[in-house]
Amino acid sequence: MKKILSRHETYVFIAIVIFSIVITAINPSFFTLENLFDLLKSYSLMGTFAIGMLFVLISGGIDISFTAIATVTGYTVAVLLLNVGDQLNIFLVFLIAGVVGIALGMINAVIIHFFRIPSIITTIATLNVFYGILTVVSDGKWLYGFPTWFGDFATIRVFTLHTPEGIPYGLSIITVIWFALLLISWFILKYTLLGRSIYAMGGNPNSAQRAGFNIFAITAFVYSFMGLMAGIGSVIQALLVQTVAPNSLVGKEMDVIAAVVLGGASLTGGTGTMLGAMLGVTLIAIMGNGLTLMHVPALWYKVVIGFVILVSVGVSAYRRKSSARKRVIIENS
Amino acid sequence: MTEPFLTLRQVSKHYVGVTALDNVDFEIQKGEIHCLAGENGSGKSTMIKIISGTVDADPGSIIEIDGKPVHSHKAIDAINSGIQVIYQDLSLFPNLTVAENIAIGNYIAKHSKVINYKELRGIAEKAMARIKVNLSLDALVSEISIADQQIVAICRALTHDVKLIIMDEPTAALTKREVDSLLKVVMDMKAKGIATMFVSHKLNEVLQIADRVSVIRDGKLVGVYSSDELNDEKLTMLMTGKKVEYQRFVAEKNHRDPILTCENLSRDGEYADISFSVLPGEILGITGLLGSGRTELALSLFGITQPNNGNILFNGAPVKINTIQDAMKLGIAYVPEDRLTQGLVNVQSVGDNIIITTIDSMVNRFGLLEKSRVVKNIQDWVKNLSIKIPSTESPVQTLSGGNQQRVVIAKWIATDPKVLILDGPTIGIDVAAKFSIHEIIRELAKKGIAIIMISEEIPEVFNNCNRILVMRKGYVVKEFDTTSADQDEIQNFVNESI
Repeated sequence: MKKILSRHETYVFIAIVIFSIVITAINPSFFTLENLFDLLKSYSLMGTFAIGMLFVLISGGIDISFTAIATVTGYTVAVLLLNVGDQLNIFLVFLIAGVVGIALGMINAVIIHFFRIPSIITTIATLNVFYGILTVVSDGKWLYGFPTWFGDFATIRVFTLHTPEGIPYGLSIITVIWFALLLISWFILKYTLLGRSIYAMGGNPNSAQRAGFNIFAITAFVYSFMGLMAGIGSVIQALLVQTVAPNSLVGKEMDVIAAVVLGGASLTGGTGTMLGAMLGVTLIAIMGNGLTLMHVPALWYKVVIGFVILVSVGVSAYRRKSSARKRVIIENS
Repeated sequence: MTEPFLTLRQVSKHYVGVTALDNVDFEIQKGEIHCLAGENGSGKSTMIKIISGTVDADPGSIIEIDGKPVHSHKAIDAINSGIQVIYQDLSLFPNLTVAENIAIGNYIAKHSKVINYKELRGIAEKAMARIKVNLSLDALVSEISIADQQIVAICRALTHDVKLIIMDEPTAALTKREVDSLLKVVMDMKAKGIATMFVSHKLNEVLQIADRVSVIRDGKLVGVYSSDELNDEKLTMLMTGKKVEYQRFVAEKNHRDPILTCENLSRDGEYADISFSVLPGEILGITGLLGSGRTELALSLFGITQPNNGNILFNGAPVKINTIQDAMKLGIAYVPEDRLTQGLVNVQSVGDNIIITTIDSMVNRFGLLEKSRVVKNIQDWVKNLSIKIPSTESPVQTLSGGNQQRVVIAKWIATDPKVLILDGPTIGIDVAAKFSIHEIIRELAKKGIAIIMISEEIPEVFNNCNRILVMRKGYVVKEFDTTSADQDEIQNFVNESI
């Protein structure tokens, strides 16, 4: 019990429960299976990005450029879909996006490791380079009108239910893809040496090197994994909206970073869990959704999110401070 | 046992403009306990780094393991050939559990890709059993004491198929009992053919069990000695190249009124019912084991924490010290125990670190820093405390322990304090540097500064202080007057409290 109370995730979970109760009290349509499945589908994108971001934050770095990577991979895939769409299938689309994403992530890793440039500087630079080149090449054009099979895939439901009015809803294939990524990534983080080495490097890079970890390999994995998640995310985005616009993702970096930090990951590295990151995404998701359902003007969204992050980070910092103080020095005899 | 395990021949290391090691020969035999002695900056650390593969020796240097020259000697090669280093900073992962910290290296060496937590705990338990310790496997390393962290580091080394363990200042943070059990472990390992290389400044503890001692000075090998032909004094001479005279400090008794007085000071869970006073020009020693409340008391006197009960009098008038600024205003300065994390801004230059406490006084009427005053101020301190540095622009983290400590002291003396609290002033500092730090402290006392010296090294407080307070479980249990007490008597009294 004590252990549960000492975990950051518990508090995020409690916040989620409280928000859900408040939102439901105001608008009962929040607490319905239909809304749940809808949320799970539309937040698959943020959830996928958050997986990659969690890895980067645990390793002690940060990646601002992933939205630009996703824009490049999304655009690449969209151009291919429009030109040779008949010869592609969904696996190839994911594969191409993933490979391009990994390659771009690798560029970040190489710069960060070999030139010892802080990850935040590196990725701000590459964000601009990737995004800039794409804008020049694409001329800012929106791409749409993908093959029908691509549109059909997005509507696949693993199982289907019906509302009393007869409208079908259910668990989207997109959500399933996100959950599969979640499971694999959770396993990597928790049960592989690679995963633990990411924690180790984030906790103390010097010790990690001395212990015999290959620091470059870990860095390369972390940033190319972020690239992979960006690539997969861009396909999810294309599936969700059936349009690829060069300017639809860049600018959303902070939401993802905020969600992961909200879930307990530290910007100084070494801490964070998959559960926490997903609870962070959930909290952001239900707040966005809840504000809409409560008819709060959308303009307030950022303000609320900002306060929630402040409170969350503040509370965890305070708890760390008081637990450091609580170390008993003497027995009271 | 005359087979060498590791041999270095003509090993040199040049950094830009500095010769860290110059044609050093070194040999350690299988199962040998070998002590590497040298002052800070003598090249000890560089040697450890070369042996452990974290730094490449200059071309032309020869490293042999089991009699065969090795061509690649990276960190992982060193580990694979059975070399383990326990660094002074312990190199642990604060965010991982005790079990993971102990066992993770094992997984790297075995190239296991997947972690089985049951197996991992088993590895950790086995390593702890070898040195008969018992720590909570699931505790985060950041949450356990330094002494326990050291044990974790030792256990981690033991999980490998280890042939040589290098311990860099292993006894610095351990209590006497922990040191004894460490030495026992080292003897056990010797019996199993595992060699140990000590790099320690508490020389007498290690001399008892060492077979041979290699001494290096200024990057050169002075010689290799059998440990029976050495004593503390001779070793100090070999390391420093000069004879160090050591005299006890006697305060001039021309002050009557205490500058700082504590009356029944208590803080829940940390210390209780502390009463003492300190005179200007006096050095008051506070000793006690790790966790006796000695450091916690100092933190309250410096305003970092606040006592729940009791009074603090400054020059006879009651004062409240609620913040560090309050303490500084009164003229209280504090040099913390852990200079690396609390006392210095490591990446900043020596100069910036020295002036950080007095920077307010060096601005001109426009509120801008006056470069010339800053430079002069820094140079004065570097000269007065004979800090050895290539330039005042060097980052503090590149300095040796003794020089870092001088920088911390300079930083606080620059504030012109009336009371100077020194917590573990010579932790991790070698003999010669220690004496010169003591000299600096005595000079300060002669100038009328009241000094509170907190240390667990009895010889240190005995030789420097007029009175010694012994703390145990948060209470001051006894006061010794060093003019009438005997050093062994105090040592025994402190050890009894274990």
